[in-house]
Amino acid sequence: MNDRVPGFSTLAVHAGAQPDPTTGARATPIYQTTSFVFNDADHAASLFGLQAFGNIYTRIGNPTNAVLEERVAALEGGTAALAVASGHAAQVVVLQQLLAPGDEFVAARKLYGGSINQFNHAFKSFGWNVVWADTDDIASFEAGISPRTKAIFIESIANPGGTITDIEAVAAVAHKAGVPLIVDNTLATPYLIKPIDHGADIVVHSLTKFLGGHGNSLGGLIVDAGTFDWSKGNKYPMLSEPRPEYHGIKIQETFGNFAFAIACRVLGLRDLGPALSPFNAFLILTGIETLPLRMQKHCENAKAISEFLHGHSAVASVNYAGLPGDKYNNLARKYAPRGAGAVFTFSLKGGYQAGVDLVSNLKLFSHLANVGDTRSLVIHPASTTHSQLDDAAKVKAGAGPDIVRLSIGIEDKEDLIADLDQALSG
Amino acid sequence: MNHDSYPDDYIRGILNGVKSIAMVGASPINVRPSYFAFKYLLQRGYDMIPVNPGHVGKSLLGRPFVGSLAAIGRPIDMVEIFRSSAHIMPVVEEALKLSPLPKVIWMQLGGRDDDAAERAEAAGIRVVMNRCPKIEWGRLSSEISWMGVNSRTISSKRAPLPTQGMRLSLNRMSLGGGATTASDRAAKDRNEVS
Ligand SMILES: Cc1ncc(COP(=O)(O)O)c(C=O)c1O
Repeated sequence: MNDRVPGFSTLAVHAGAQPDPTTGARATPIYQTTSFVFNDADHAASLFGLQAFGNIYTRIGNPTNAVLEERVAALEGGTAALAVASGHAAQVVVLQQLLAPGDEFVAARKLYGGSINQFNHAFKSFGWNVVWADTDDIASFEAGISPRTKAIFIESIANPGGTITDIEAVAAVAHKAGVPLIVDNTLATPYLIKPIDHGADIVVHSLTKFLGGHGNSLGGLIVDAGTFDWSKGNKYPMLSEPRPEYHGIKIQETFGNFAFAIACRVLGLRDLGPALSPFNAFLILTGIETLPLRMQKHCENAKAISEFLHGHSAVASVNYAGLPGDKYNNLARKYAPRGAGAVFTFSLKGGYQAGVDLVSNLKLFSHLANVGDTRSLVIHPASTTHSQLDDAAKVKAGAGPDIVRLSIGIEDKEDLIADLDQALSG
Repeated sequence: MNHDSYPDDYIRGILNGVKSIAMVGASPINVRPSYFAFKYLLQRGYDMIPVNPGHVGKSLLGRPFVGSLAAIGRPIDMVEIFRSSAHIMPVVEEALKLSPLPKVIWMQLGGRDDDAAERAEAAGIRVVMNRCPKIEWGRLSSEISWMGVNSRTISSKRAPLPTQGMRLSLNRMSLGGGATTASDRAAKDRNEVS
């Protein structure tokens, strides 16, 4: 069976992992160690000089984390990956490789609220200037491009509204401008959407959500698609120019089509420091083994619940791309034929107060600031995740005052519907 | 041979089969990719010969430099060309004068000359272009997985006990059609090189 292309579920269980050579352990061991002994002085020097592949110190790499990296790289169809401490850390590390102070990147306005904050405040303090584009208006991405633009950033399925982005159209804008497209694939996971197939050059994840899937571990990850040529026009000196940190090595020349992942590791993670705990990597890996099964159930439940809410007299509107007639249903059919994900919003006829009452009446849904858990979750974005935005920006981000966000878990859908029903009439 | 994408078995067969490798363009500067690859392959047990007329009289990691392929004076299995695409043809012409001929001509990542490849293949020589043998060795053994690289192989077998902290079997199951697409960015002929 040499050279058979294995399916997604096989890769979700096997990619990156192999029985431990020393003990035969079949599950991936947790290499809970800070450091790794060298064979001799020359081996140490080779590792530090990037001349050999191997382990030095867990801030730079760890064998448990490496299994996670290869697994997600395989699921996304990328050349390599790097695991970091959180989704936010992944975004910092990626942009550090691409932008110098004074540079710009264009980002879709429909993003996780925390990312909007990170871009507007933390990144501006680094001199990385975000230019916002309207997710639904492709021309606005093109209008945002300037000679200092170094990347475009979008979410495949956007938080909080669960809206679908036309990845291919944005990729075309990015490539015309000669910059890479970065796609946050957190809410879709590669089971629902593989952004690289649609033109993404870099994929980022908050592993905290569906990939880990059990609400127990923070984690983030960067996938290198291996598609972008960093050597053109001196635009990306971290990749194309001799690096003083490594005695003059040129990263792209040395590492070819996984150079971006290496740059993120040896220039980003090494120097900024947001390393992922191997224990978290282990829990997330265990989660990924059941990703296909969980995503099927998440999507099936989300569809049933969106239909229930759609028919409920207290509900003003339901924004779920999986519903026929939804504004994003055509994009969902194209990009996410297996399901439109399990995070969506709806608005109540009773407005803000009805939203607050609903959240407090629910008994099975947990009121908290996360998505992508086995458990069903609820939140009122306007007063929490998106609270730092002004009212107009909240509406543009899909988080107006009357909006409630759900993240549907893998419980029995009948129980979830019964809980919503009692809470809406309560 | 389709030089846009190689079956893993082709690359694996070459790396498992050759013993001596003459590296044309080997550099003594320890941050150059050729130095990395030379050292790595030497540590994997290959009989490495650095070829660079500018450094005759010196040696690279204990291996004396020779000035040309002809000056090696003994049969070699593989010629690895660490030169840009524009400088590949003369090296291939030189290799074609060797007796016996080398079994393999390998052009480094970024290096590609389809005419030169055709001439070598007409003489019965296996050709690899635009690939790095260090990366391919690391990938097929999955040792490169330590760096988070997608090896595009899987295995349910216990790995052999590591030497130097690494998984050393090249004989893993290849995925994804088992093709190596290390880089697509090499110019396809000498005229494309800027
Ligand atoms: C789409 C998306 N991207 C990024 C993040 C940030 O991830 P983390 O909380 O792991 O830093 C989140 C978290 O909610 C998210 O939903």
